[in-house]
Amino acid sequence: MIEGILIGLTTALTFQNIFMVMIGCFFGTIIGMLPGLGPMTAIALMIPITYGFDPATGLILMAGVYYGAVFGGSTSSILLNAPGVPGTVATSFDGYPMAQQGKAGKALAIAAWSSFAGGTLAAIYLLFLAPSLSKVSLSFRSPDYFALMVLGLTAIAAFSSKGQFIKAMMMVVLGLMLASVGQDSLSDITRFTFNNMNLTDGISFVLVVMATFAMSEALTIILKRNDPTAAAKQVSLTELGSIRINKEERAKMLKTIPRTSIIGFIIGVLPGAGATIASFLAYGMERNLVKDEEKEKFGKGSVHGLAAPETANNAACSGAFVPLLTLGIPGSGTTAVMLGALLGFGIQPGPRLYMTNPEIFWSVIMSMYIGMVILLILNLPLIPYIARILAVPKNYLIPLILFFSITGIYVMSFNNFDIYLMIGIAVVATFMRLYDFPMPPLILAFVLGGLMEENLRRSLLLSDGSWTFLWDRTLTACILATTILIVGWQIYKTITKKN
Amino acid sequence: MNINTTKIISLLFFIFSAFYLYTAYQIQVFAFDENAPFNARTFPIYLGYAGLFFSGLKLILPDPNTIKVEHKTLEYKKTAILVLIAIIYGATILKVGYFLTTSFFLMGSYYFLGERRWFLMFMLSFPFVAGFMYLLHGVLDIYLRDPFLKLIGVMG
Repeated sequence: MIEGILIGLTTALTFQNIFMVMIGCFFGTIIGMLPGLGPMTAIALMIPITYGFDPATGLILMAGVYYGAVFGGSTSSILLNAPGVPGTVATSFDGYPMAQQGKAGKALAIAAWSSFAGGTLAAIYLLFLAPSLSKVSLSFRSPDYFALMVLGLTAIAAFSSKGQFIKAMMMVVLGLMLASVGQDSLSDITRFTFNNMNLTDGISFVLVVMATFAMSEALTIILKRNDPTAAAKQVSLTELGSIRINKEERAKMLKTIPRTSIIGFIIGVLPGAGATIASFLAYGMERNLVKDEEKEKFGKGSVHGLAAPETANNAACSGAFVPLLTLGIPGSGTTAVMLGALLGFGIQPGPRLYMTNPEIFWSVIMSMYIGMVILLILNLPLIPYIARILAVPKNYLIPLILFFSITGIYVMSFNNFDIYLMIGIAVVATFMRLYDFPMPPLILAFVLGGLMEENLRRSLLLSDGSWTFLWDRTLTACILATTILIVGWQIYKTITKKN
Repeated sequence: MNINTTKIISLLFFIFSAFYLYTAYQIQVFAFDENAPFNARTFPIYLGYAGLFFSGLKLILPDPNTIKVEHKTLEYKKTAILVLIAIIYGATILKVGYFLTTSFFLMGSYYFLGERRWFLMFMLSFPFVAGFMYLLHGVLDIYLRDPFLKLIGVMG
């Protein structure tokens, strides 16, 4: 492991890679700060650029963007009460009241330090857990992988659907259907191409991500421009106050950070859960654990209330890399986007990544930590300046997002058809978003579609067409039992809600 | 059964799934693969049935969390114009070239979104695109097809 850490450090600490982390953190923070645009949009916009670099550098850039976007989301939560990403909704509960009390600078500093501490602790957990998980996951066979993918898709549908499980499952099926377009991987038979040569190679992953996130996000912002419920508040950027944290506040943070980092990391590791659930759970848990007098301050600018979700969401971001790097199964929509990018580089994440590409495995883990340090160094002094980005008029922002999306596709294929297809998917996605059809399950399903079919094919061929492979192995049966529990819980919730 | 837009979307998805399933059955597989436990049409067929199942379920079950969208407050016109500009951009980018079409796309989008500060609009279109092109083409060595710039001799 020490050798691996050194390989990772050597790769991550080159001038080019440190520069990439800095660029990633900076742009991630800016994009994450803009309400409605989260890490997924930020990473999606970066993918075409990363293809110009080697895989390690590309991934390091994306990791920087990821953490930057999560921190950026906290900034808009605290300053505008308009969370840039769902994972920072809980941050606004105490961050925004603190900003209203004229302590916006302090709130941002607490958020930055808590994110740093949460991310650092999670990187340490990841450092020790990932290699052992890699060894365990080497015993996985095709049926286990198939069951694990079903679990991942069901879990993300359950957790991201805001109680609309069936809608989320419809999006999962749609994602798998989109992934089935093009040549069959084994027989090369074309499917659903309708004799259109442009579809023979299937639909590009970048195209689907750009359409469903960046472009449809931009169209939704325009569509809801006059919506009175949309956050259109402006903040007086001159009233940020001091960013110094006093001794008493530091003591409070020291109590909150260790426990919420553990819960954040564990939730992040679970497929489909992610930063949003981690931050809410950590907020609730912290409220139960503090003294009664502190409990009263929750929702009114509590230091515990701000530090808890911030620590947990960053720890969950690191935790989400565990299933991605060790099993090749993304734990969240954002890591699904990163999985797609990895496949684009020709790298198949999974237990063998640890052995075949140790420089990538370890440099990603190391660059996460370096990303945290840079995020802190870069963002703390720049808080007052970065906050001004919030004043960018949408008249400029939206066309620029559309421009980056279309350019991203254009430079990859030089094909008009892909641009039309992207616009078409974006329009449909925008309409579906209006009616609360979640997009992360679609992306996760699209990324996993090919792998899922491959593993099902192997399992069915090995069992001579019999579905007994689902319960022949204890591991497969356990994973499927978990899936059934999740589905059962969703059905139970739906029934009890109606009653 | 209460009919709302979510149900209509579910109905459309149901029809789409039925069409997908029909097309899945039409996939031509090799003769020796016809009776294999798994061939090119197996997974799509399962997906087609899954689509029918979930959309059917959404259609049948009552919808307690009906989403009400205030259509009056939505900016359909501006969104449609923006989509139209993007389509025109997509249609002309290969023939006219990246620089001109992208610059006009940005200028047009700013204008239709209500911007009237011409100097800022200009700076964030033509010089901005030129800088971005230099970054892609000159620094990152990503090829950008541009017949217009080639015609006037700016690009090789």
